[in-house]
Amino acid sequence: MSSPYPGQTPNSAGGVGPGYAGGPVNGGARHLPPTSVYPTSPPSQQPQAQYATPVRTAPQQQGYPAGGGGAGDLTPELLHTDVWSDQLVAAAGIPIVDVPFVTIGGGIGSFVTVDYLRIAGVPTENIRILSNIDTPWQPYQYLTRVSQIPRPERIRSDSASRPDNIWGFPSYAMEESLKDKSLKAAWQVLVEPMFADFYTPRAGMVFENLEREAKRIRWWDMLVKGQVRMVRRRHGGGYFTILTPPDGAAQTKRVAYRSQYVHVGVGYPGLKFLPELQEFRTKHQDFHHVVNAYEDHEHVYTFLKSRPGTALVRGGGIVASRVLQRLMDDREKYGLQTQIVHLFRTYVRGPHGKNAWLRRPGGNGFAYQGFNYPKSVWGGQLKAKIRKLEGAERAEAYKEMGGTNTPWRRRWQAQMDAGRAQNWYHTLEGTAEAVNIGPDGRTISRVKLGNGQVTDISADFIIDCTGLEADIREHRLLADLMDHTNVGRNPVGRLDVERTFELKNTANGEGRMYASGSPTLGGYFPGVDTFLGLQVAAQEIADDLARRGFCKRIGPGRSVSQWLKWARNQQI
Amino acid sequence: MLPTLWGRIQSRIVFTLVIGGLVTLFVTPVLPLGTGIGGKYRIAYTVLVTVTVLGVLWELLYHFLMQWRWEKDWPTLFGLLTFINEGLLVWALLLTGAVPGIAGLSGLQSLSYWILFILVWMAVWIFANGSMRVFSIHWRFRGGRFV
Repeated sequence: MSSPYPGQTPNSAGGVGPGYAGGPVNGGARHLPPTSVYPTSPPSQQPQAQYATPVRTAPQQQGYPAGGGGAGDLTPELLHTDVWSDQLVAAAGIPIVDVPFVTIGGGIGSFVTVDYLRIAGVPTENIRILSNIDTPWQPYQYLTRVSQIPRPERIRSDSASRPDNIWGFPSYAMEESLKDKSLKAAWQVLVEPMFADFYTPRAGMVFENLEREAKRIRWWDMLVKGQVRMVRRRHGGGYFTILTPPDGAAQTKRVAYRSQYVHVGVGYPGLKFLPELQEFRTKHQDFHHVVNAYEDHEHVYTFLKSRPGTALVRGGGIVASRVLQRLMDDREKYGLQTQIVHLFRTYVRGPHGKNAWLRRPGGNGFAYQGFNYPKSVWGGQLKAKIRKLEGAERAEAYKEMGGTNTPWRRRWQAQMDAGRAQNWYHTLEGTAEAVNIGPDGRTISRVKLGNGQVTDISADFIIDCTGLEADIREHRLLADLMDHTNVGRNPVGRLDVERTFELKNTANGEGRMYASGSPTLGGYFPGVDTFLGLQVAAQEIADDLARRGFCKRIGPGRSVSQWLKWARNQQI
Repeated sequence: MLPTLWGRIQSRIVFTLVIGGLVTLFVTPVLPLGTGIGGKYRIAYTVLVTVTVLGVLWELLYHFLMQWRWEKDWPTLFGLLTFINEGLLVWALLLTGAVPGIAGLSGLQSLSYWILFILVWMAVWIFANGSMRVFSIHWRFRGGRFV
């Protein structure tokens, strides 16, 4: 098959370089239907808010208290006061609910924390989960589905990283082997990563197990639906967390939760688009041709099934790998003619790192790593090392092990090899300077290549897989915490937490506030935005709360007895 | 999930002596060592202590080798297959009479050694890679340290 791209197709030789000149297939202009049958309304930039998958469990969450007279809304005085008195809240007519521990978010970060506390003996009436979602796995399920990991596909997570099981035993691989009555998964986890790809669990199995554990710990007995607006310190100790219940669900507009402990588990502050893609969307009001991989973008695959087209993939991480797999699977399955152009900002040519002891494998543009972090961050050398680092040294350590990466998987390698050999998968190194719509209705990206040459690349669709995250201030609750509760930034700019995951400078009397998950990246423990990282954080928080007398410490006796309950699926 | 050097050494000592010790307790009476039960236990536990002491030295080497790995990890399979080098070294020392208290091995005694060594190794490996986590939720996140 000849290349549809005149000049050298850079990756035909396995590398990148000059000579790439994008053009329409067969040299002819093709016109996309303007926005045809696809939705024209701009999708939310914070896809956490939209969930297409129906909720499987009908939750029965907690109700709301009756109003105490007055408007029951925030007053200007409340808004501008950092530390609230009980009288100030009562005067606004906001009903107050007393509960010792509140977790905000209700996703997997909250789930893992509450799971630990329930296992540590905290009764359901001492915990409230303030959340605008029905099930803890809802956002994760949405994000994995749209980023091309449907339930039967495997996520990028270790066999023993089980958010539904604080012990990680039996591992996912063992469970899969038992369920399937096959030694395949067990063998894979035994010989990984030398003789097989790392074993990773199927998304569906993760969700089923989360549901089982949520029922076991009575998740919905603790859930209160609503949007958390703010947390403020309380005169005399502890905190007020202001919840806005869904319209019409409560007698007042706001409800205050007065608690000694608060856990902030709100997840990613939001997605950020590449600037040139954001500019394109704003300028052309076109949310069709340029999509983010974390948005629902099924229309791209539907279109490419209907006629030959070109997809420009941006980014070199796991999401890019997933999107490439989908494009390549569809190509194979339906005999499509899709051309794939893959633009890397940083093109990795081989093993890289500053010395022989810090050398990560790489090639064909990608940096290869089994999981989000080098494995030893979850318990080994790197965890021990970073726990001791402060300031610039810590930031430097994050930089050394950071950078976009993806796992080396046999199937993906075979697909990309085929694409290179047959000239339909093209890789480039460069940065896009501007994106516009061409006369044929296709996008044109002006790209400055690695060698300084500037070229235009035409594509029917641009799929942004860079996975940039918004600043923590983009999240209203986090911004409020920074403005009114002394929350600061760590050396990499996110929420500054102690080794115990207590938010620094927020202690109030006996009250303590904790945070875990993605917004705390950059702390003394690196892998916060992973399943196992959430468990590491939850364990630190539970241990700290045990020291403060809120729950029991999970020593060997409790660990074994609770594991037996878990194994029998006995509700606690 | 992945131990630090100090955690590996601690885990090695505890698991070999406790789990290995239990295996030795049950297996030793049936080993064809050609001596009385007291003599059998003396030989078997001498071997177990030798394996533990040398194991700590092996850990230093493994730690050194690990530094060339980007992930600073030690795959599960390595933990299983290192029975070969470790078993051969102890066997060689036993054959040459270098282990205090054991003056060389006969053919059947070599067989006994390998039966004991492999059973202990398997039991420790299985325990360390699975059920240990039931007994302590802290162990894996503390790099395998007990103290």
